[in-house]
Amino acid sequence: MGVLIECKELAFSYEDVDVIKDLSFTISEGDYLCIVGENGSGKSTLTKGLLGLKSPDKGKIIFSDNLKKKDIGYLPQQTPAQKDFPASVFEVVLSGRLNSRGLRPFYSKADKMTAHENIHKLGIEELMKRSYRDLSGGQQQRVLLARALCAGKKLLFLDEPVTGLDPIVTEEMYRLIEDLNKTDKITIVMVSHDIKSAARYATHILHLNSEKSFFGTTQQYINSPLGQYFFGEV
Amino acid sequence: MINELIEMFSNDFMIRALIGGTLVSLCASLLGVSLVLKRYSMIGDGLSHVGFGALAVASAIGAAAPLQIAIPVVVIAAFFLLRISENGKIKGDAAIALISTSALAVGITVASVSGLNTDINSYLFGSIIAMDTGDVVFCSILSVFILIMFVFFYNKIFAVTFDENFARATGTKAGVYNMIIALLTALTIVVGMKMMGSMLISSLIIFPAVISMRVCSRFKTVIITSASVSVLCFFIGLTSSYTYSAPTGASIVIVNMIALLIAIVIGKFVKKRR
Repeated sequence: MGVLIECKELAFSYEDVDVIKDLSFTISEGDYLCIVGENGSGKSTLTKGLLGLKSPDKGKIIFSDNLKKKDIGYLPQQTPAQKDFPASVFEVVLSGRLNSRGLRPFYSKADKMTAHENIHKLGIEELMKRSYRDLSGGQQQRVLLARALCAGKKLLFLDEPVTGLDPIVTEEMYRLIEDLNKTDKITIVMVSHDIKSAARYATHILHLNSEKSFFGTTQQYINSPLGQYFFGEV
Repeated sequence: MINELIEMFSNDFMIRALIGGTLVSLCASLLGVSLVLKRYSMIGDGLSHVGFGALAVASAIGAAAPLQIAIPVVVIAAFFLLRISENGKIKGDAAIALISTSALAVGITVASVSGLNTDINSYLFGSIIAMDTGDVVFCSILSVFILIMFVFFYNKIFAVTFDENFARATGTKAGVYNMIIALLTALTIVVGMKMMGSMLISSLIIFPAVISMRVCSRFKTVIITSASVSVLCFFIGLTSSYTYSAPTGASIVIVNMIALLIAIVIGKFVKKRR
C-alpha cells in the first residue's frame, strides 16, 4: 500500500499560540485514520493544513504523486448559513464536481452521471428533488458526503461527521463510512471527539495532545498510556 | 390602462428610466441571492453610502462624469469591506457601519458646503428624470457585462455561496469568486444609484432575494424568481411613481415591501402543504 500523505515534524500556530509541535505521521492508501484530541488541541488547524488551507510554520506535508487535489473529497462541518439554504439535493451534490471543471462554466453529462451515481450509492435517491433546508441533520450529512465523493474518490476528509446526530443516525453514518473504506477502498481521515467509536472503526489513531501526541495503529493506541487513560486496563 | 401606459412611455425620460432600471433590477436581484445567503447584505448597504460620498465629492469638484469616478472608489471599498467581513478578528458589522456613515457624512458635508443642495435630494432618494442618454448607455453596457459574468460564473457562485470551506479545500479559488461577487455588486450599486438613490439602492439587492427564498426551494428557481420579482416590482414602482409623482426609489421599495408580505403568506401556505 502506497503512502499518500507524509507529514514530517509539523508545527502550527493559531493566533500566535503554538498548537502543534514536532508532529510526524503518514497516511497510506486504504487507511482509516482518526484524529482525536481535546478542544484546542489543534484538530481543526491540522485539518486546514492537510487540506492546504494553511501552511505549517515548520516541517513538511508531502503529497504523493498519485494524489491530486481533485482526488480529495471533504465533508466540512456545517455552517449556520447552510441550515436554511434554498438548494435542491441534486444541486448540492453536483457542486462537488466543480473542482474538475476548471474555467469551463457548465457541468457536463458525465458530471451529472457522477452525481447520480453517488446519490444512488448513499441511498438518497428519494431526496434528490427535495430542498436541502427541509432535510434532517442525518440526511443533510449524507447529501454532503455524496458531494464529497463527487469531488474526490481516493481520500475523504471528514470533519466531525456525526456532531449533532442522534445515536441511531450516528451509527448509520459510521457504518456508511466504514463501508466506503472497506468496499470502495477510499482512504478515510476523520476528525472526531468520540474516541471510543474512533477506536472501534479506525485502523490508525492520531491523538493530538499538548504534551505528547500519539500516532500509531488502533491496537498500539489502546495499549499506550494515552489509550489506557480512556479505555482502562485491557 | 393601456392608453395611460402608452402616454406614460411617450416621454423619453420614462423610456430611459425603464431600460436602465430594468437592467439594474435584474443585476441587483441576481447578485442579491448570493449576498443575502452569504450574510453579506450589509456590504451592499455600506457600498451605496460610499457611492454617495464619492458621487457628491466628484460633483463638487466639478468632474465631467461623476458616475464614472465613483466606480473605482466603490470597487475599492467593496474589496475592503469584503476583507473586513472575512476577517473574523475585527467586528465586521461595526466596521461596515462606521465606513458607511463616515462616507455619508463626508458626502453630505461636501455637497452642502459647495452649494449642491438641490442635487442632494436626488442623490439620496433617487429621481425618475435623473438618467440622461449617456447614463443609460453606460448603465446598459455595465449591466450586460454583469449579467454575462453572472451566467458564466453561476456554478462557481453557487459553490462559494453554499460552502466556501468546501470549495476552497477541493481546489476552487473561493477568494477570487468572492472578489468577482464584490466587484459586480459595486458596479450594480453605482449604476443604480442615480435612479434609486443611495439610501434605497440596497433594497434592490435584498428584497427580491428574500422574497424568492420565502417561496422557492431550489437555487435555480430562487435566482429566476428573484429576477422576475425584481423586474416586475420595478415596473409597478416606476409607473406608480410617475402617476402619483412619488419618489421613484421609495415607490419601488414600497412595492417590494408589499410583495414580501404576500410572499410570507404564500411561504407559510406552501410549508403547511409539504
